[in-house]
Amino acid sequence: MTLAGLLDAALGRLDWNALPFWEMVTHPNASSIINGLIASGAAGIMVLGTLVTIWALTRHRLWGMLWRDWLTSLDHKKIGIMYVMLAFVMLARALAEASVMRTQQAVGLGGGFLSPEHFGQLFSTHGTIMIFFMAMPFLTGVINFVMPLQIGARDVAFPLLNSVSLALTAAGAALVMASLLFTPFSTGGWSGYPPFTETGYSPDVGPDYWIWAVTLSSLGTTLAGMNFAVTIYKKRAPGMTMFRMPLFCWTALCVSILMIFAMPPLTLATSMLALDRYLGFHFFTNTGGGDPMLYANMFWLFGHPEVYILILPAFGVYSEVISTLSGKKLYGYTSLALATICIAVLSFTVWVHHFFTMGQSASLNAVFGIATMLIGIPTGVKVYDWMLTLYRGRVRLGVPMIYAAGFLMLFVIGGATGIVLANPSLDYVTHNTLFLVAHFHNMLIPGLLFGMLAAYAFWFPKAFGFRLEEKWGRRAAVSWIAGFILAFFPLYGLGLLGMPRRTVAFFEPAYLPFTLIALVGAGLVLFAFGCLVAQLVVSIRERDDRRVPVGDPWDGRSLEWSIPAPAPEWNFAVLPQVETRDPFTEAKEQGRAYRSPEDYEDIEMPRNSAIGPIVGVAGFACAFGLVWYMWWLAISGALLSLGAMLARGFARDTVRIIPAAEVREAHESWLAMVRATPRIPRHEENTPANLGHAIPASQEEQS
Amino acid sequence: MNTETGRHPGLNLGSGHAEAHGEAEALVFGFWVFMMSDLVTFGLLLATYVTMLDNLASGPGPKDLFELKPVFIETLVLLTSSLTYGMAILSLKHDPGRRLRPVLAWLGLTLMLGLAFVAMEAKDLHALLAKGGAPQRSGFLSAFWALVPLHALHVSAAALWLVAIAAQIWRFGLDTPVKTALLRLGVLWHFLDVVWIAIVSVVFLGGLA
Repeated sequence: MTLAGLLDAALGRLDWNALPFWEMVTHPNASSIINGLIASGAAGIMVLGTLVTIWALTRHRLWGMLWRDWLTSLDHKKIGIMYVMLAFVMLARALAEASVMRTQQAVGLGGGFLSPEHFGQLFSTHGTIMIFFMAMPFLTGVINFVMPLQIGARDVAFPLLNSVSLALTAAGAALVMASLLFTPFSTGGWSGYPPFTETGYSPDVGPDYWIWAVTLSSLGTTLAGMNFAVTIYKKRAPGMTMFRMPLFCWTALCVSILMIFAMPPLTLATSMLALDRYLGFHFFTNTGGGDPMLYANMFWLFGHPEVYILILPAFGVYSEVISTLSGKKLYGYTSLALATICIAVLSFTVWVHHFFTMGQSASLNAVFGIATMLIGIPTGVKVYDWMLTLYRGRVRLGVPMIYAAGFLMLFVIGGATGIVLANPSLDYVTHNTLFLVAHFHNMLIPGLLFGMLAAYAFWFPKAFGFRLEEKWGRRAAVSWIAGFILAFFPLYGLGLLGMPRRTVAFFEPAYLPFTLIALVGAGLVLFAFGCLVAQLVVSIRERDDRRVPVGDPWDGRSLEWSIPAPAPEWNFAVLPQVETRDPFTEAKEQGRAYRSPEDYEDIEMPRNSAIGPIVGVAGFACAFGLVWYMWWLAISGALLSLGAMLARGFARDTVRIIPAAEVREAHESWLAMVRATPRIPRHEENTPANLGHAIPASQEEQS
Repeated sequence: MNTETGRHPGLNLGSGHAEAHGEAEALVFGFWVFMMSDLVTFGLLLATYVTMLDNLASGPGPKDLFELKPVFIETLVLLTSSLTYGMAILSLKHDPGRRLRPVLAWLGLTLMLGLAFVAMEAKDLHALLAKGGAPQRSGFLSAFWALVPLHALHVSAAALWLVAIAAQIWRFGLDTPVKTALLRLGVLWHFLDVVWIAIVSVVFLGGLA
């Protein structure tokens, strides 16, 4: 074989055309230069960011720490934190893309500056990232961090699997990031509908990037869901019955079950599309006996439960936040748990409403329309329960509560527009318009993102031992809410005026005022993200003023607040014995909190493992090889993963014993510190006096 | 660890294995959950096959392609392998503690039956190609090729796992990780039987009906 032949085999179909600036250099004209500069700028930021990170890690000699304390760690709290960090990085990119799209549509009357292909890639990556690499990692991270603490467990059921799930998700995210430098990404939207994404219409690498990124994420999510479900079923502390679990755990359980049953249809849909594209199968082609409708059914069989995978954890967060920051027990706990289960079950019965207009019979549409409207009932129950929890509570308007308040109002509006869309005859009018785009952003931004940001503010002190700065947090929350309203409410109007979604340009001057207002909203949302960054920087710089070593900064009600902040590796020095709901509140009220346990025992914790990072790298290599037809790389990646798993079977020394004496010393010194720390009332919550030792609400009223 | 729920039902670990029972509790349950997820995959592929039955694109259909005799033999082989796997688990319970363990013999027999199934399956698929039944021919054949070889792939993966566990027995003896791994492989092995019965009923018998 000649050298050129060897190089061809090594690089597959990767060539100079893949670089984002190549078109602009070889075919310079106004359009290719503008689009080339934007794409190259984005790729440049990514490359620069990577280089700066590598430089900083090397400069401060942090590689060893990163490897030992984070990448190979099987601690559910650290894995959760890494998930959330991944979500924030991906959020930054997808927000930037959203702003470019809003700018394009604000000047898009009669043209604009983006090429249709570039615009197509932007809405495809924006949607794919926001769902699979922002929302999913964020909620998986929060569940990972919070749920084991709330049920009184020391870790999830399968710590190594947890690390593998994170690695697979991160590999998928890395693949989407790689598509910035080695272009192009798919133009087929986040749902990747064939036949457009078949080779006949999209012969380039775009849909292949989408297929493998989504497949990696989907596998990671299936495994995470199994892990969480088994953890909740099998690892609860003694006495923690199902109906004593905090509501967030109920939502986590329902989400896990949805993940177990709803992710396989997605994995299957993407795999079948891959078989079509790579081996010439005829699943979804419009020739050779293929059936594109089959894809729509499979995708939304995943896609609709996915909506509830996204929203239920936020419902759990709001339940915790509203109850804690009102100083009241959750109103209607049982109805909230049952409503969660109801929503989870119903979510499998409504998928056809995503394609009412695709030609099935009116009767079938009616069945699915009614099923869709039914979901409004348990959701309405929840909204009333939250409001009645607030009613006559001593409500503190902290950052999580601002998000919750914004959510309550905006989510009801979004839900009402959902009921409109659930009616098939009305859906025919609004289908594929910006009305739909406004609706699902109206559900997902208040119903997912605000919830996750509230969770971030609420549990940050438990993760890092200090509170987040309040002022920047409030600015962020208010700007998110206002920015969302400005950016998306005009889209309802545009949709009713008939503006189709996913269009690069328009020719109707009446749209212009709406797109301009939406642009202002996008600017405000960017400002909100900037506030979050500023908040984090200020908080880290001034962390000594906000430390909460006792661990209970908000007068919390569930078990996670009964342990130090940051939480020790083993979570609970002695596993708690649970007798009620809100066990920590009751312990505080009866003066049983912070007592020394009678005895300590050795604690068994999982040892670090490199399997997670290895599978992540191998998964990325395999996927990247498949995208570019570098078969050697794809096969090596697959073999490396397989080898790592087989080798793991021979590992025997997988746990580490932490001696009772060590646990005793750490726990007793913390308890001594707790006794020496003054308790504070709620109005001092956001002052440096708050060291995390709270006067319980009931006693504060008496004093 | 949830102590009051007691031991995981159906574990033949023998007496005096409290520790193994504790671990098996979450591990085997977790593997069941994993199988349920896999069940969704096979269920959807079966549904796809049924919806694709008429999408022949004027290519060959079930009556031109399928033969029941080899399918019947394969079924017998696979079901027998489940029986021998059950024997392996029983001999795990009554392990005499010698170096030459009966459990290894039963596992070896199971492995051979599993590999024989895969080999016969490969031969069938090869014959299918010769009859013009390539997956690229039609939607119907795409659905067939996504389902039946995926099952064979599962059996092959299970066989690989079996070899890995046998190597662990050889290296470590019958320790707790080996026992719980055998219990999980058992769940997979019997599950693949159930899936095969569904495939025979829907793909072959249903296709020829």
